Amino acid sequence: MPIDYLPILVMVVVVIAFAAIALTFSALTGPRRPNPSKLSPYESGMPPFGSARRRISIKYYLTAVLFILFDIEIIFFYPWAVLFRQLQLFGLIEMAVFVIVLLVGYVYIWKKGGFDWD
Amino acid sequence: MSLSVPDLNLRIVVPALIVSITALVVLLGELVTPAARKRWLGYTSLIGLLIAVGATFGLWDAHATAFGGMIAADNFGLFLTLVILLGALLSVLLSVDFLRAHQVEHGEYYMLVLSAVVGMIVMATATDLIVIFLGLELLSLPLYILAAFKREDGPSLEAGLKYFLLGAFSSAFFLYGIAFVFGATGATNLTKIAAAIAKNPSGDLLLVGAGLLLVGFAFKVALVPFHWWTPDVYAGAPTAVTAFMSVAVKAAAFGAFFRAFFVALPGLAMDWRALVALIAVLTMTLGNVAALLQSNIKRMLAYSSIAHAGYILVALVAMGAQGSSSALFYLLAYTLTNLGAFGAVIALSDGARERLEIGDYAGAAQKQPFAAAALTICLLSLAGFPPFAGFVGKFLIFSAAVETGWAWLAVIGVLNSLVSVYFYLRPVVQMYMTEAQPGWDGSATLTTRIAPLVALALAIAVVGVLALGLFPTPAIALATGGFVR
Repeated sequence: MPIDYLPILVMVVVVIAFAAIALTFSALTGPRRPNPSKLSPYESGMPPFGSARRRISIKYYLTAVLFILFDIEIIFFYPWAVLFRQLQLFGLIEMAVFVIVLLVGYVYIWKKGGFDWD
Repeated sequence: MSLSVPDLNLRIVVPALIVSITALVVLLGELVTPAARKRWLGYTSLIGLLIAVGATFGLWDAHATAFGGMIAADNFGLFLTLVILLGALLSVLLSVDFLRAHQVEHGEYYMLVLSAVVGMIVMATATDLIVIFLGLELLSLPLYILAAFKREDGPSLEAGLKYFLLGAFSSAFFLYGIAFVFGATGATNLTKIAAAIAKNPSGDLLLVGAGLLLVGFAFKVALVPFHWWTPDVYAGAPTAVTAFMSVAVKAAAFGAFFRAFFVALPGLAMDWRALVALIAVLTMTLGNVAALLQSNIKRMLAYSSIAHAGYILVALVAMGAQGSSSALFYLLAYTLTNLGAFGAVIALSDGARERLEIGDYAGAAQKQPFAAAALTICLLSLAGFPPFAGFVGKFLIFSAAVETGWAWLAVIGVLNSLVSVYFYLRPVVQMYMTEAQPGWDGSATLTTRIAPLVALALAIAVVGVLALGLFPTPAIALATGGFVR
């Protein structure tokens, strides 16, 4: 029923209202004393240099892909760890199979030099 | 809080498990195999696939489900599993020497083929839309890589990228369709969807969902108007990969297609039957007419595969036991025939130099009589000439259509078959009735000898095509036992 989704609509309205009020209020009441370092994109960070459209080594891409791979593995571990006791031996075996399959991939990447920078 | 472990019944998924384990073994084997012995990884894959074939036969008539009714080992799924495994076996046989000749001999190739086979088996035996989607992704991802396997080769990379982009696009359609069907019926299990539709047969949401599922499947099996990727991908991908893609993907995707529409959506048959009939007409006609105009044999076979998807769609329109059993037989016949044709293209090549243009086939029968004969038999079978498997397949599908009151569709199918004779015979005429062209007549490395594994694959395909054409009864009996209830 569409009425079941009413809380989501309320949430959307609250979020928009909160953002609008916070922005308007700070714009109306806040002091405005601009200086060059305040106007830079990252006030306390590194000053940006060069164009963003530079060539980047493809090795970063491999690192990113590997990161996502093992990141997802950890996401799978969370619900398993929470329900570990209820799942009993079955859960342990399931996770062992999952880890073994992943381990095969890990050994493959390692031996193929996927973790070497040069 | 208590959790009930789902009814696993792992026995049902043993064929897929065997192929998965083989894939892992091959991946690890790749690390320790020296470059000169990579073909052993191919042999390992063959052994794994053969064991899986045995396991599949062991499950015949088991009629059991696994994973809480998400996977079914009914004879329909098992027949398709056998077709897929047969396709993979012949493809691996064709690949071993092909990879060496094209200098892309990497063990990952076999691992990717085996992973795709696991996805195909999952897709063909799935009885839940989510599991069908899982199988679809599992078969697609390795194929994107395989299409681009000759990574130094522009067309191969183009094929991989195009296949990836359009495949991802079609997966999104399919997933959107699942979401709509789930929204309308509250279920992803095919039988539960059917029950929900029987209770409440109307609903625009459901029709939108069914339409999106149709689009998703149409992309994968290359139906008009979702066929545009096929010629470029089939022509650009390495020939051994094209051979595998053109048969095994069709078997898996048509399996899930038939199951989804026969089991889950028969209540909507009034709505989808005429539409699918129209798509079948368009697919057959456009596939055959476009194939007439091709000068590249791989593009011609790509359009021919589109046309054959159209013939199989006629079986979907016919529905019922006849529809599904004729489609099963057709997929088996098509797998043998098309792999034979691509195998002959590989056998007729001169090392890494393939006869891609139809003109290249001029006089080929003099120098390579066996491969030329195999190509002739397979092309005649694709065209539907009587003593071959293709004829029996077409006969079954068209008679199923006539008996269920779709005679006009069968007439269009037969007319299309007549058109197709012309382009299937063009390479045959070139091979037997024309003098060899300069560049192909004097090549010193071009010999009558075919690599043993390729010869074995060709022999299996040709004998299969002849056996299914001359003695079709046992295979028809198997296919009839495998209709979706």
